[in-house]
Amino acid sequence: MPTEAQISKPPSRTQAVTDTAFRALCQGFTWLVAIIAVIIVLKIVLAALPAVRQYGFGFLSGQVWDPNKKVYSILPEIWGTLYSSVLALIFGTAFGVAAALFLAEGFTADAVFALLKVVNLQFHPFWGKLPEQVENLLSNLIELLAAIPSVVYGLWGLFVIIPLVRPACHWLHADLGWIPLFGTDLSGPGMLPAVIVLSIMILPTITAIGRGALLAVPTRLRMAAYGLGATRWEAIFAVTLPTASRGIFGGIVLAFGRALGETMALAMLVGNANVISVSLFSPANTLAALLANAFPEASPKDVGVLMYAATVLLVITLLVNVVGAYIVQFTASELEGEKV
Amino acid sequence: MRIPGWSFAAAVLLATIWMISCQKAGPSKEGADVRLQGSGASFPFPIYSKWFKVYSEAHQNVEIDYQSTGSGSGVKSFIDKTVDFAASDKAMTPAEIGRVAAGVQLLPLTAGTIVLTYNVPGVKELKLSREAYVGIFLGTVKKWSDPAIIKTNPGVNLPVSVINVVVRADSSGTTFVFTQHLSAISKEFAANPGRNDMPAWPVGTRSKGNEGVTASVQTTPGSIGYIEYGYAMSQKMPMAQLENKSGQFIAPSTASGRAALASVDLPENLIAWVPDPEAKDAYPIATFTWLLCYKKNPDPRKAEVLRGLVSYILTDGQKESEALGYLPLPDAVAAKVKAAIQNIQ
Amino acid sequence: MTSDVAAAKPGIPRNPDAEALDPFHGVDFSKLERSLHRPRTFMSMLFTVIVSAMTLFALIPLFSVLWLLVWRGGRKLSIAAFTQLPPAPLEQSGGFGNAIVGTLAICGLALLISLPIGILSAIFLAQAKPDNRLASSVRFAGKVLTGFPSILAGVFAYGVVVMATGGYSALAGAVALSILMLPTILLTSEDAIRMVPERMKEAAIGMGATDTQTVWMVLLPAAVPRILTGVMLAIARGAGETAPLLFTALFSNYWLLWHGHLKLMQPTASLAVLIYNFAGMPFANQVELAWAAALVLVVMVLIANLIGQSLASRQVQ
Repeated sequence: MPTEAQISKPPSRTQAVTDTAFRALCQGFTWLVAIIAVIIVLKIVLAALPAVRQYGFGFLSGQVWDPNKKVYSILPEIWGTLYSSVLALIFGTAFGVAAALFLAEGFTADAVFALLKVVNLQFHPFWGKLPEQVENLLSNLIELLAAIPSVVYGLWGLFVIIPLVRPACHWLHADLGWIPLFGTDLSGPGMLPAVIVLSIMILPTITAIGRGALLAVPTRLRMAAYGLGATRWEAIFAVTLPTASRGIFGGIVLAFGRALGETMALAMLVGNANVISVSLFSPANTLAALLANAFPEASPKDVGVLMYAATVLLVITLLVNVVGAYIVQFTASELEGEKV
Repeated sequence: MRIPGWSFAAAVLLATIWMISCQKAGPSKEGADVRLQGSGASFPFPIYSKWFKVYSEAHQNVEIDYQSTGSGSGVKSFIDKTVDFAASDKAMTPAEIGRVAAGVQLLPLTAGTIVLTYNVPGVKELKLSREAYVGIFLGTVKKWSDPAIIKTNPGVNLPVSVINVVVRADSSGTTFVFTQHLSAISKEFAANPGRNDMPAWPVGTRSKGNEGVTASVQTTPGSIGYIEYGYAMSQKMPMAQLENKSGQFIAPSTASGRAALASVDLPENLIAWVPDPEAKDAYPIATFTWLLCYKKNPDPRKAEVLRGLVSYILTDGQKESEALGYLPLPDAVAAKVKAAIQNIQ
Repeated sequence: MTSDVAAAKPGIPRNPDAEALDPFHGVDFSKLERSLHRPRTFMSMLFTVIVSAMTLFALIPLFSVLWLLVWRGGRKLSIAAFTQLPPAPLEQSGGFGNAIVGTLAICGLALLISLPIGILSAIFLAQAKPDNRLASSVRFAGKVLTGFPSILAGVFAYGVVVMATGGYSALAGAVALSILMLPTILLTSEDAIRMVPERMKEAAIGMGATDTQTVWMVLLPAAVPRILTGVMLAIARGAGETAPLLFTALFSNYWLLWHGHLKLMQPTASLAVLIYNFAGMPFANQVELAWAAALVLVVMVLIANLIGQSLASRQVQ
């Protein structure tokens, strides 16, 4: 690494060459990413073309998937994908941002400090460091949720979540069945267990990235708010969150992507039924789960139909991102205010 | 959290010691000369794992691996030549066979049965007539107290509740064989949904894999679902006795399964189905499963190992079948397969 | 000033001598103390309670899953599990040592592919002008690819690597995983670099540093913690994905390392595929091993996380 003296001089020949070369390298790799993305999309679309020619747009509006009669359509799957991902995003964001705030705004440290005060250890050389350590520990624990394999989430959902929520679902359906959300009965795998597990899967992404964004907010902004008389939460809502909003939205985009494309866990939990229903307890199907279930046994000539479904998923992700970008553009720029 | 530097060095040291010790702890092979890779059906995965492991351990210079990815994937890999052999519950269609330039030798090496497992509290034995079990999967027989079920189970206390039918969510050879049987015994079923590895079931909650169906049935009272016999046996699940073509109610077992396959006459290409066996003591739902080998292998040593492997499977290997829930091949069938081994070159 | 403070309490006769000694004489401190009777303070405390409850609630699933793994697989955690090869059905012993090595190898390779591409592209994207079409398209492509189903990554890698090399391999598995890891690394790294305060960058440029020097000496070190978060999330996802590996690396019941010869171009075992295989088997030994393997996988990612953080904190100092 060059010293300060070397930097302040005009760049030497090697430094200038390295600079240009490095910038070219970065640009080259960006082109590489673009090319990879294009190749991936092309391969899938090309494989889908025969099926597109054969089934046309009826594929998108029908509700029957019958391999025997060669009738294929994926409207239930499109509905299931969007419904499950949006619901999971709502819950995941709520809990994820809450956890990010808890970890970044010092609440953990306060709680631990209060505990230490009780035993009068808060200034101890070793125990005094505990608040910071606990914050790191909790942060690592939440990131650990991201490390659990999809298959394990699926099994956990089957063995723990479904038996857990079944009594409550029966009661809700029996008493409040007139509300469309509770319209059907939970017979095992269904939308609700899938949404619960999916929210837990995307939560660590939002928390980890959100925490990073919150920690990046300059302290003086917060201090300025306190100085004006804001309570802790007024400062958070009025100053910290808006400033960190861009980073948090980045986390939300990644989380939404993950929710749309989640394969294994949903294949086990969503019930794989070709129904369109608003009910939380009804089984449903998603595009990714359909792919996971149908691909292994698909004979080479059935693959085209599945690739068509994959193309539709890509298009949905694309549209969702376009809409999301507009939303972010309108809200985040207002929230962020001037960059200091 | 700062981890002290010396812990890194200690960790690397430990890892190296572990890697070296593993070399000694594992089976001592002087470098495998021949490695065979197969993929395909999940139905025979347990018994294939067992056979391949036993054979590899017995032969010093051989490593054989098999991964269950699904019959369709197995056939695709076989056509693409990315594996040395494959396995399929649905054999191969003539079109698919035509795409393999090196020629295909299909070998039925084992067979299995599919059972209906149920969870009805207090009911230890359940006899289901053809009318009943086809009706259940068509959705026409909706409750456990349906006359079709009560008729064949006199004295059994059946609840008035709705039957929770559990079917497979994923495409599988098990479903293929089950729907083939149902289509053979019921014209209504053949018309809709018909035989397929992922049919449009008119009724039922869907669970992924044998283990998913088992878990669903186990945790939901009033359920019934179809799984492999080996699975039901290992998990000690109750199995329904089904009415066969002769009108007898047969419980699934190795004997009744073998009776189903005993009368089959294998044609030249060794592909045969038994959608509705006629024997009196035959269990109605049984199927072979096939190993797919190239007739012309690029490496003669691999061909040799394959021939040895299949010979072993047809002789000593069949003894392992019963413990794992598969059916030992009938003698006539085994003889025909043995003769076909010579086609693998 | 003293008079202003004392004036807050009407009705009490003012005592100038007392005020000179005690400037806060007559002040009612209870009005200045924090009191939950005031609506703003109450709301603040309410939010604190809600957020704490939500965070603890979010931790419950983690402990539930970990408990499930320990309860179902804890029995199988022994030296044997780490040093032996996978058992055949009805065998009572066996382990998943080769799967651990395989996961390390495949994830390591995947990182080797996606990390340089991701970070170097992120550097370009973070520095690009807003109207740069390449940058905005790549950013958009990255966002769309985050939704890429894992099974398709496997199918794509099958078509590109497995068909080209004629067989399943750890390399193909690594390519499939890197497709899943790249968008996360790319997007989080770009955001991380953008979050570095402008003035640090301007200071470096003001001192005469070239763009490259700015990146390496100022931007990257400052962004390392957040880049690391993204990398860790990517690794966590990659290590746990089964579907892509089923089409690319398959599985192997034998060791990767053999007499010093690394077999990377052959089917390779991995913890994710082992869990998928064994969890679906009806044999108790296998199922327990699957749970134990899941536990080991989670712990491995945790260790990777801790090592990464330790390295990062070293770097920043």
